[in-house]
Amino acid sequence: MMHINPTLSQKIMKVLLWGLTGLTIGILFFIIFFIFFNGLPQISWTFLSSNPVDMGRSGGIWATIVSTVYLIGIALFFATPLGLGTAIFLTEYTREGLITKIIRFGTESLAGIPSIILGLFGFAIFVMAFGWGWSLLSGGLTLSTMLLPTIIRTSEESILAVPREYREVAFSLGVGKWKTITRVVLPSALPGIMTGIVLSIARSVGETAVIIFTAGSSLRFPESIFESGRTLAVHFYILAREGISMSMAYGTAAILVLLILIINISAYLLMRMFMKKFS
Amino acid sequence: MPEFDQNKIQVKELTVLYGNESSLQSISLDVPKNQITGIMGPSNSGKSTLLRILNRLSDLIPNILIRGKVYLDGEDILRSHYDVNRLRARVGMVFAKPIPLPRSIYENLTFGPKIHGLKERRRLDERVEQSLRAAILWDEVKDRLFESALNLSGGQQQRLCIARTLAMQSEVILLDEPTSGLDPISTAKIEEALRSLKKDYTIILVSNNTKQIARISDKVAFFLMGDLVEYGPPDKLFTSPADKRTEDYVSGRFG
Repeated sequence: MMHINPTLSQKIMKVLLWGLTGLTIGILFFIIFFIFFNGLPQISWTFLSSNPVDMGRSGGIWATIVSTVYLIGIALFFATPLGLGTAIFLTEYTREGLITKIIRFGTESLAGIPSIILGLFGFAIFVMAFGWGWSLLSGGLTLSTMLLPTIIRTSEESILAVPREYREVAFSLGVGKWKTITRVVLPSALPGIMTGIVLSIARSVGETAVIIFTAGSSLRFPESIFESGRTLAVHFYILAREGISMSMAYGTAAILVLLILIINISAYLLMRMFMKKFS
Repeated sequence: MPEFDQNKIQVKELTVLYGNESSLQSISLDVPKNQITGIMGPSNSGKSTLLRILNRLSDLIPNILIRGKVYLDGEDILRSHYDVNRLRARVGMVFAKPIPLPRSIYENLTFGPKIHGLKERRRLDERVEQSLRAAILWDEVKDRLFESALNLSGGQQQRLCIARTLAMQSEVILLDEPTSGLDPISTAKIEEALRSLKKDYTIILVSNNTKQIARISDKVAFFLMGDLVEYGPPDKLFTSPADKRTEDYVSGRFG
């Protein structure tokens, strides 16, 4: 049998693991570099601030930015109170038992549903049954069902991370339960909750299939939430898929990547704020 | 019943069970007004359980079973419809570990009073100064009231926690081993504060430190495994205890 001495095997593994890590980072940087190399030259103030012309062959992406913001705004408007409320209920108002297990299993399962299935659900319910058609409202509501599990889980974790002693102190001062939650627990948990919300925004920014299903892909500037709209990601998909304009597609992709980078960095900063509070 | 005049709290045949485990067995005890009542005993003797019942923090413990009566100024506080938030405002608690909320010194002190309806800035300022002076902390923090309470030393934090209870204008202060994590100098300051506070407050001090109990208590209760073994003036308990178990404990034979 071949014998490798410990020092040598240590060295080999170290090099190998370094290599693997380097490769992972390398792939990430290559993707970002590739997108930026092709996309950044397209980006200008006119590109950002003017509406698409001729199916997106020329003009800019303003309408798609507005649609994206609308869609995420609507999704968060519904998902945040619902998710936060559920998290508060699960952590503060119930003891661990069968019911909390069922609720938790339910939210975990919701997280596991392929997004396209949620898209079909949104299409059947909001677009067809409620008769809202392809609209930012239908899309936003569907998106909110996708965001719920993330918001619930991160809110729950940050609420549980608030030391139990803070609650005891508040109770011992005769501060009721609800006031204890709103004045002591939530302020301390806020950065963690925000991190969850921000990460869920990052997830929705890149979503396409679900959005096409429920919000449609109209390129017109959305005048209200009852109109169809095309988000950045959908716009990119259609530009590339239909071969309308690769340069415009790269420009849009670069904006998307930039956006997600900014979102992830702010989530990281929020998380650090949260950790600092409790260490 | 005239005895309420001298006794702030009366405990009558209080029995507490956690699930099937007994924590207190038919305890009866009168806590005199404006005095320091020291409670000593080894761990798991039921001292902390008793404290938590006196301001109903025991409500938070699952599977707790309480029988018997506890009166505060003659009012039964274990009644199911009793207003616990008002009770807790009257009966303050200081925990073993100093737990300032992650806010400024000023906000730590005004948090409770504000929730209980005190809004006026001038009166809040007054409360802050009074309670910090009473807890012998004012001189050390008066120039940094708006800095985070987490920057204070352990001893200062614990005095802040006492001041936080005082700011509620509570009548009774419960202290659960308040100096267990503190150095002798910080401990001495807290004892000094407690001695001067008893003219306005009724104080119940739980401590593992028998010497501390002997130093500052007006009355001493010795708990052992859920029983109140002996209750009386410190001279009696520490020099000629009636019960052999008390003698063994105060002479350091166990505990």
